[in-house]
Amino acid sequence: MSAIESLHDTDLAQTSVRELNQALHAASAGRWQVANPGGRHAIAAGLTAPLEVEIDGHAGYYCAGMNQLATVRVHGNAGVGVAENMMSGRVEVDGDASQSAGATAHGGLLVVHGNASARCGISMKGVDIVVRGSVGHLSAFMAQTGRLVVCGDAGDSLGDSLYEARLYVRGSVASLGADCVEKDLREEHVTEIAALLTAAGIDDVDPATFRRYGSARRLYTFDVDDAGSFA
Amino acid sequence: MSSSNGGGTSAPGWGLRESATFDRATIAEIQRAAREGIYDIRGGGAKRKVPHFDDLLLLGASISRYPLEGYRERCATDVVLGTRFASKPVKLEIPITIAGMSFGALSAQAKEALGRGATAMGTSTTTGDGGMTPEERESSKILVYQLLPSRYGMNPDDLRRADAIEIVIGQGAKPGGGGMLLGQKISDRVAEMRNLPQGIDQRSACRHPDWTGPDDLEIKIEELREITDGEKPIFVKVGASRPYYDIALAVKSGADVIVLDGMQGGTAATQDVFIEHVGIPTLAAIPQAVEALQELGMHRKVQLVVSGGIRSGADVAKALALGADAVSIGTGALIAIGDNAPALDEEYRALGSAAGFYDDWHEGRDPAGILTQDPELASRLDPELGGRRLANYLRTMVLETQTLARACGKSHVHNLEPEDLVALTIEAAAMARVPLAGTSWIPGRNGL
Repeated sequence: MSAIESLHDTDLAQTSVRELNQALHAASAGRWQVANPGGRHAIAAGLTAPLEVEIDGHAGYYCAGMNQLATVRVHGNAGVGVAENMMSGRVEVDGDASQSAGATAHGGLLVVHGNASARCGISMKGVDIVVRGSVGHLSAFMAQTGRLVVCGDAGDSLGDSLYEARLYVRGSVASLGADCVEKDLREEHVTEIAALLTAAGIDDVDPATFRRYGSARRLYTFDVDDAGSFA
Repeated sequence: MSSSNGGGTSAPGWGLRESATFDRATIAEIQRAAREGIYDIRGGGAKRKVPHFDDLLLLGASISRYPLEGYRERCATDVVLGTRFASKPVKLEIPITIAGMSFGALSAQAKEALGRGATAMGTSTTTGDGGMTPEERESSKILVYQLLPSRYGMNPDDLRRADAIEIVIGQGAKPGGGGMLLGQKISDRVAEMRNLPQGIDQRSACRHPDWTGPDDLEIKIEELREITDGEKPIFVKVGASRPYYDIALAVKSGADVIVLDGMQGGTAATQDVFIEHVGIPTLAAIPQAVEALQELGMHRKVQLVVSGGIRSGADVAKALALGADAVSIGTGALIAIGDNAPALDEEYRALGSAAGFYDDWHEGRDPAGILTQDPELASRLDPELGGRRLANYLRTMVLETQTLARACGKSHVHNLEPEDLVALTIEAAAMARVPLAGTSWIPGRNGL
């Protein structure tokens, strides 16, 4: 397939999300430029091939949901659950992301160049998330594995009931959730942050200026004496 | 303690009177709580007696109704689920499905046995928290894939491999509750499927991580349809608490099928206090759900699958007569493949229980090899034999259902209707909204 043939323009003012997604699901390669997304939901959800999708405007809920292999870039803001349950690939949001960005995602890279709202990385299962701005409350709630890098601040209850995900925050943390504690930032972590920032295309943030948070692992085995920790 | 009675000696134990309020089970629980300082966790559903299908009777045909010949005239049992929107609805040969039970709670052998039994009878089985195993997909001709709050093991490939998708909002044993798989059941394989360390307690969330409320649910369903190109029926499963409202909201959100689980429905593990005190009986839930569907003009268009305490063809017939399109079984299916077998009584007793009573499903020591991840225990269950027994059980229930339906003059089990039912108790009459036997009185109807 030539480069010219593989470039597709889709205007969501003229074409339905269903038609767009059907075309994307049928393709094994190619580049899509999507105009007038108008906050529509589930744009580019369920992709399975290494496609490139550029969305010129704001996307609604679940943009690039369950993504596999594709690169999806939103030149605007993204609604609830952008890249939810992503398995692989790359999803990038130029603006802000609403709640539950990258929720339960197993792999791939989610980059939010603006801020992400509450529950960013909730129940994440292996994804890497880099947020240029700040994240809202209960981010990384019950996060299992993967890495969350926040260049700005984190809201209340960061990492509540955290499992093995690694959290890096450069700014302030309003409060830590149950069983989430600050840990030493060692050289290996700085290297890890640097690699994630590079992957996200962020080159003006010093990786040594972050703080690391992780699970105290006190709640891994339920004990009645810990019941108060959940209150 | 023996006691004397008017000068004569009473028979041993005759002078003992057990308190209805502080009965032996209550006393034992208080003693256990005082000893351990934590609530009791167990598997199964509500053990308390609640109004149930046993409190209903079917009215066989006579002069005013015409019966069908028992072994000759056709009484169809097929059901199609997902006719509202899905391009590939699920076609079942019988109106009894296997409820969602996880690999993790159940051994791989048990999941395979369920798949084999269901497939032999042309019906579906359902995954659970923890994802889909290859054995399960292989052994199940029709497999419903659950989307749960934890999203353990959730991946889009399995979503596409499934025949239907079930969004689990809750279950009858614990509406409003999440789950906990204790560390002793977290084998390497279970841990890997759930992206968590081996051996730790795994909490399953009670809320979905990326949507809240019916408006969001509608968008979530839209996303799932997009990902699967509109092929798969989308089921929405709720625990019975406020079914009139929940079913209306599920329909509004775009569900193809509603799964309604009453309080007798089982769970792999939750607090006993939750199981016994939250939610409403299956009998009370069905009429509310049917009312909501009828008011929306969606009865039979959005199919209703009912679960929670279904044991026999009589229960199936009565559930269908109240308006369900199909039923789902969990506990009954586990019993059929070998759970609580009398032959294992000695081993159950070694665990502090007995055959017929064993409910410590969360501990992973099930001698039947069903509710365990211990390789040695799990290997005791022969999936082929388990599958045959489940098929036998399902076949028996279908024959019973047909027998009752024919007696009521129905050429399809779906033709059973509330008019075919009466209740034995006022409570059951009020809940099921059918007359008390021998009267035309439906408590609560017409201001009476």
